[in-house]
Amino acid sequence: MSQLAQTPQQREPARTIFQKGAPGRRAFVCPALDVPAVDPGELLPARFRRTEPPRLPEVSEPEIVRHYVGLSKRNFDLDSGFYPLGSCTMKHNPRLHERVAALPGHARLHPLQDPASAQGALELMWRLQNALAEVSGLPHVSLQPSAGSHGELAGVLLTRAYHEDRGERRHKVLAPDTSHGTNPATVTMAGFELVKLATNADGGVDLDDLRAKADEDVACLMLTNPNTLGLFDPNISEIAEIVHRVGATLYYDGANLNAVMGLSRPGDMGFDIVHFNLHKSFTQPHGGGGPGSGPIAVSDRVAPYLPVPVVVRRTRTGTTPSGAHASEDGAYDLDYERPKSIGRLRGFHGNYGCFVRSYAYICSLGGDGLRDASETAVLNANYLLARLREHGVAEYLPLAYGELCMHEFVLSGGPMKRELGLKTLDLAKRLLDFGFHPPTVYFPLLVDEALMVEPTETETKETLDAFAEAIAAILKEAAEDPQIAQGAPYSTPVRRLDEVAAAKRPVIREVLA
Amino acid sequence: MLAAIGVSSLQEVFERQIPEGVRLGRSLELPDGLGEQDVYEHLRELAARNTSVEDELSFLGAGMYDHYVPALIDMLTERSEFLTPYTPYQPEISQGGLQVMFEYQTAISELTALPVSNASVYEGPSAVAAAAYLAKLHNGRRRLVVSAGLHPHSIQTLRTNAHGYGMEVVEVPLTTGSAGGAQGVTDPDAWAQAIDEDTSAAIFAQPNFYGAVEDAAALSAAAKAGGEPVVICQVDPITLGILAPPGECGVDVAVGEGQSLGNRLDFGGPSFGLFAAREEYLRRIPGRIAGETVDVDGRRGFVLTLQTREQHIRREKATSNICTAQALNALAGVVYLSWLGRRGIVELGELLLARTHYARERLTALEGVEALHEQPVIRELAVRVDADVAAVRRRCIEQGVNPGVDLHALSARPEDEGGLLVAITERRSRADIDRLAEVLGAAVAAERGTAERGAQAPEPGADAPERGADAPERGAAVAI
Amino acid sequence: MSQASYPAELLYHPEHDWARISAEDPQLATFGITWYAQDALGEVVFFEAPALGTKLAKDAPYTEVESVKAVSDVVAPMSGEVVEVNEAVTANPGIINEDPYDQGWLVKVRLSDPSERESLLDVAAYMATLAG
Repeated sequence: MSQLAQTPQQREPARTIFQKGAPGRRAFVCPALDVPAVDPGELLPARFRRTEPPRLPEVSEPEIVRHYVGLSKRNFDLDSGFYPLGSCTMKHNPRLHERVAALPGHARLHPLQDPASAQGALELMWRLQNALAEVSGLPHVSLQPSAGSHGELAGVLLTRAYHEDRGERRHKVLAPDTSHGTNPATVTMAGFELVKLATNADGGVDLDDLRAKADEDVACLMLTNPNTLGLFDPNISEIAEIVHRVGATLYYDGANLNAVMGLSRPGDMGFDIVHFNLHKSFTQPHGGGGPGSGPIAVSDRVAPYLPVPVVVRRTRTGTTPSGAHASEDGAYDLDYERPKSIGRLRGFHGNYGCFVRSYAYICSLGGDGLRDASETAVLNANYLLARLREHGVAEYLPLAYGELCMHEFVLSGGPMKRELGLKTLDLAKRLLDFGFHPPTVYFPLLVDEALMVEPTETETKETLDAFAEAIAAILKEAAEDPQIAQGAPYSTPVRRLDEVAAAKRPVIREVLA
Repeated sequence: MLAAIGVSSLQEVFERQIPEGVRLGRSLELPDGLGEQDVYEHLRELAARNTSVEDELSFLGAGMYDHYVPALIDMLTERSEFLTPYTPYQPEISQGGLQVMFEYQTAISELTALPVSNASVYEGPSAVAAAAYLAKLHNGRRRLVVSAGLHPHSIQTLRTNAHGYGMEVVEVPLTTGSAGGAQGVTDPDAWAQAIDEDTSAAIFAQPNFYGAVEDAAALSAAAKAGGEPVVICQVDPITLGILAPPGECGVDVAVGEGQSLGNRLDFGGPSFGLFAAREEYLRRIPGRIAGETVDVDGRRGFVLTLQTREQHIRREKATSNICTAQALNALAGVVYLSWLGRRGIVELGELLLARTHYARERLTALEGVEALHEQPVIRELAVRVDADVAAVRRRCIEQGVNPGVDLHALSARPEDEGGLLVAITERRSRADIDRLAEVLGAAVAAERGTAERGAQAPEPGADAPERGADAPERGAAVAI
Repeated sequence: MSQASYPAELLYHPEHDWARISAEDPQLATFGITWYAQDALGEVVFFEAPALGTKLAKDAPYTEVESVKAVSDVVAPMSGEVVEVNEAVTANPGIINEDPYDQGWLVKVRLSDPSERESLLDVAAYMATLAG
């Protein structure tokens, strides 16, 4: 046991809900049987019946409340502190969004009810589509995909459909070696082979490598701009031109959209397909790992292949095409008449609960507000970067690429490891003791001992200063005694956990009596 | 701040990084931002133009159901500590969320009788597609054999994904009763015949889309005898208190839509998908998994484990590209299951069973209404009305009763013309079912009367003048 | 094994795999992964041996080793048929880290083309690839 005193939470062992309660306790009271009783054997033959009830807990309501409220207190969260996770855009989640999402007129709608009875909901989706089209610069939107990676799959399947419709079967998709892990998996699931592109010395796509690899067997180039190094690729127009010249599509991973809303649009950069993460730039709460929503916006040439259904506006004479400048009359509907569609990617029409929240956010900010958000996000990132380039920090955690950054930046912990014996992991764990959530660690793989920092526009200058001071303090401490950080964290509900043991002998459920 | 950065203006930061050719240079063409009160009023006004299940007596189902969600779930899912954190990449400060995942995995394993569960996937139909991908990685075969009893959205999602996987989807019909046998379940002979050595997975639903309870053990056994594909079953978790669980029926992978477990309807999402499997598939299942371990002082704790399966490490060999789970929705799910408890889930199942049976008795006793099949039903039943089902539904809705889903609109199968899928939850009392019978009976009678009169007189104009901008054009309804 | 080590008597494949041809029987070889590979992976948590009789093709992956953070293909340095697998390593994959060349061997293979050894690297050539 540690020599240090234990905190009350550390003293309390973890017990699951299955280890609580007692036989006979209950919370649920079943409504009385009000229909005539029938011999159960007549209703359901014995061979179809479960012989033993599932061993769910037997607990009372107060026990449930105490258990889960207690668990909540073993979590760090965004409402409680700074959360500079690179690539995750941990911006404030306004509680208004929860209030409006809970209105029965939004929360208690069945997805299969007639469109005539859901005009408010369909109008909300229509307006959200239009807003996303305006932000991206691409007119045709599908709200269906369930998350960013789902939107990526949609994008690659759309690309495949586009080429097949032209009588071509291409086999390769290009992506930079800095790309997010979801990109390669998506490519394989859609039946393509991933070919990696080199990054140049400035952190952008290596144009020579792109020219060498862009041929007519390439279906698509998947990029994010700014990229995972937080750098806007100055060659983006030329990249688009190279890709389009061989007839391939250009796909935009919207994970970093928070840097450019109202400042630059993927459609104007030359992208054909954009996916959005509503749980990033549009402040759908992360929920501890979902739900999210990953709508996509596409160019005219890719529009015919969009998943069904699409939200449209009917007029007496036909259907108004989607887009920011569509006519303002007519009923809203779900359109299934799309003969070239790739089909469905999920049940029903998407994560409406997320649409309500993101729509409320867009209404609150307006066009100028979205631009302000991006400008402030970039300002905050550059300011924090400037503070971390001061003496005492920069020599151990240098910026990996570039001079300025967009909304996030990547530092390398290589010098820290060599000179202080501290890995990026140790720095992250020691930050927990200082009350901060650490930045993203060990991504992108291109950077040695990477630390990816994204403060977002939510944070005040005071918070950024405090964070920079904490980093400086930890480095100073490590110069004297690296073992402190190597043994961190000390003050969290549990201390450093053995991930190797968890992988070697996986225990993924409670063993029940 | 600008001085610290070393620039004279914020504009300079952008000018130095974004080439002029791609700078927007104008405001976004969106309405101006509003204060909180105005946003609230606007969202409330949009909500007011929707009919919710609070406004009508609803028997809609087909994948999502109007169950009662206890108030404590709202309280817990609104807590900052569950609502606002990210995926638990720093486990020491995420023990709450990780333990919830571990408890959820335990609950799903227990319900399905399958030892390996992940921490949830997006929802039902995409979980079916993910299970098919697991089968492809497992055995490399090309065919997917699918019962027509699978939800149409699951079949469609599977087809879309299978095109990318390079796999072929073959649909096996349900029995029609024409050969004198039972109607409404997967045709056992066609099923056995369809499954061969090149079949990667055999997929069916329990209960099936038409509400019928299938003989899951027989379907699994036939599949094993065929070519030993991976047997996948899409389940309805609320029925697993009383139906034999997939793990005891020879099923290899169970997937399902989790919305019934403590989650809102939310016009179709977000919810969660459950995904559970046999032990041998542990390293092949997609999504997040929470595992138990200890810390440096020996304290019990939880971490995300087996992450090498996931997108961010294995990259092109990943078992799927799923990055998020549906953590908040799965939290609602496990709290709901704890709230129901060991006895509650059985009692609820028995109640649904009894009321669904009663509903079928009452409805099929009506003139012009017959059962689509006589199979055991547990929470949903299918009938056929001898009238224009769209018109019948409209009449019912005008009386404040939504009688259920237009089957043909959802399945697009010719034999489903006139079909209505009626869902029963614990919120639909006997009195509600009696009211449904009354309203549906009257609506069918009125439409049959109208049809008779219509057959004797000239048809009214196809575009009645009062139907216009307030509703979608008639004739524009297509397969959902 | 904390110090880098590359035994001189082994043959090396550029994808960080080694082969030891049996002195008694030149058609029998043992394969494994090098110190560099196990060091890059970190502690190995899972190794699934291929089935006996599996045909291996030179340069093609025949199985994987997993650590907590990464998974790596294991590439066959030469072609042949698997005649024995290391059950001890399957049960306790950490042996690969402790002793990648002796206790941590992965498979024994009956070679189909012993002349393939000519294309493999000797220890000096392999270490040169690490430096580059």
